[in-house]
Order: sequence, then C-alpha cells, then structure tokens
Amino acid sequence: MVMKESLMDILCCPVDKHDLELTVDTKDDEEIIEGTLTCTECGEAYPIEDGIPNLLPPDMRDEAAA
Amino acid sequence: MGDADNGGETDDSDDRPSLAEQRGVDGHVYQPAEDSALLAKAAIDDLDSPQHVLEVGTGSGWVAEQVADETTARVVGSDLNPHACRQARERGIDTVRADLLAPFAADSFDAILFNPPYLPTEPDNEWDDWMEHALSGGTDGRRLIVPFLDDVGRVLTTDGAVYLLVSSLTGYEIVVDIAEDAGFETTEITQESYPFEVLSVLRLTA
Repeated sequence: MVMKESLMDILCCPVDKHDLELTVDTKDDEEIIEGTLTCTECGEAYPIEDGIPNLLPPDMRDEAAA
Repeated sequence: MGDADNGGETDDSDDRPSLAEQRGVDGHVYQPAEDSALLAKAAIDDLDSPQHVLEVGTGSGWVAEQVADETTARVVGSDLNPHACRQARERGIDTVRADLLAPFAADSFDAILFNPPYLPTEPDNEWDDWMEHALSGGTDGRRLIVPFLDDVGRVLTTDGAVYLLVSSLTGYEIVVDIAEDAGFETTEITQESYPFEVLSVLRLTA
C-alpha cells in the first residue's frame, strides 16, 4: 500500500498550509508511485518517490538529504 | 525505550557510549520495544471507532500497523527519517516524510499517536546518524515534544485525542504542564515501571 489519491484530503503545504495539487507520473492500480505535489499558493513542488511523498519543508529537505 | 541497559554508566566521560550503544540498538530505524507496545495497546484499548489515525515519528511503522490491524481506522504514518518511511511503507502503512505535523491539514485526524525521541542528551553526543535522531530528546529530553504540542491542536479534530508516550526521564510533570499550557486536558491512561524509567501514556483532549 503506498501513496493514494485519498491521502490528498489530509495533506497540505508544510510551509503555508494551503492545498496541494497532485501530478501523477507513475501509477500502480490506484497507488501513486512517482509524482509531484505542488502547492496551489506558493508553487513549491514536493516529490513523491517510491510511493512516499516527501513533504519536508524545502530548507529541511536539502539539509536532511539521505 | 524501556530496556535501559546501560548498567549505570551515566558518567560524562569522553568514552561515554552513544545513545544507540546504551540502548543496544543499531541500524537506521528505531525498532519496536516496550514503549512501542505500551503506546499501541493503550491507544487501541482507548480508541472508540476512530476514522483517521496518524502516528507521528512512526519509525518502523510497527505501532501504526497494530492500530491498523485492530481498528477500522485509516492509519497514516510520518517520519523525518527516509529509512523509517521505507520500513513503514513495507508494513503497508501510508507513509509521509514530514517534519512532525507540518504537512497535515487542519482537523484531519481523530487520533494522533506520538512516541517521541526522549532521551536527554549532551549537546556534543548526538546528531551522528538517524538512530541518534530517533532516540535523542535534546538536552532536556523534550526537543520534539514542545513543537509537537504547539501544532497538534491544529491537525486534531474537535473531539479527537492525542496519545503521547512520556518517560520519567523526560520529566512527566513538565510534559503535563506543557500540554495543559497548550490547552489540553491530560489523562494518564497507563503506566509501567522499568529499571531506569517509568513509562506513561498520556491522553490529551481539547
């Protein structure tokens, strides 16, 4: 079980708390494997990789790269 | 983290073992222990038909998995550690890489579980790796408890509940005070004594 579209209801931009828009690159049944979540307000893009959305704020995303 | 097996080696000498060595753990992800089991059981026994449950700092995903197995709730896990996110996902938990509650929308969860990193740590004896991050609560043991309590009311539904694992090493009364200052009523729903600490699960309600 990985990232699904139903998760969109409970997620928001970690910086300004606005809604996110989902772009799907790779799907497996209803599960999103690769894609992007983009903030509808500030435009920041958050990657979905291997079914896991990385919603760290941009400054922590760079710092905590691993 | 009830298995405190440091044999009383609590001096501050230079050869002080790392937190991970003290706790007899290795690898990149905190694995289920007494505290995990206590939190999972307390929350499952106390929950009444939750719809949406979030485990913050899910680590291996074990607690989230217990809740998913024992309730009909939709369970989501979050962690800062990418290795933890992968392990939790492998357990079948919807997982989000996140800084505490930052990317979760308002009024989204009717139960939120958190077993925070809580071991008080010397400033120069942490941040070496992901396991240290999973264990260390900073110099006072409350490094993540304070920001968690600051934001959790936003994400919790009006009649929801937070289940917070608290160790005596972190300062039980101080955590209760912080939670009450954040506007919560606190109830200790379970307590267990171990050789080096007492573990409690606090239920916080608005």
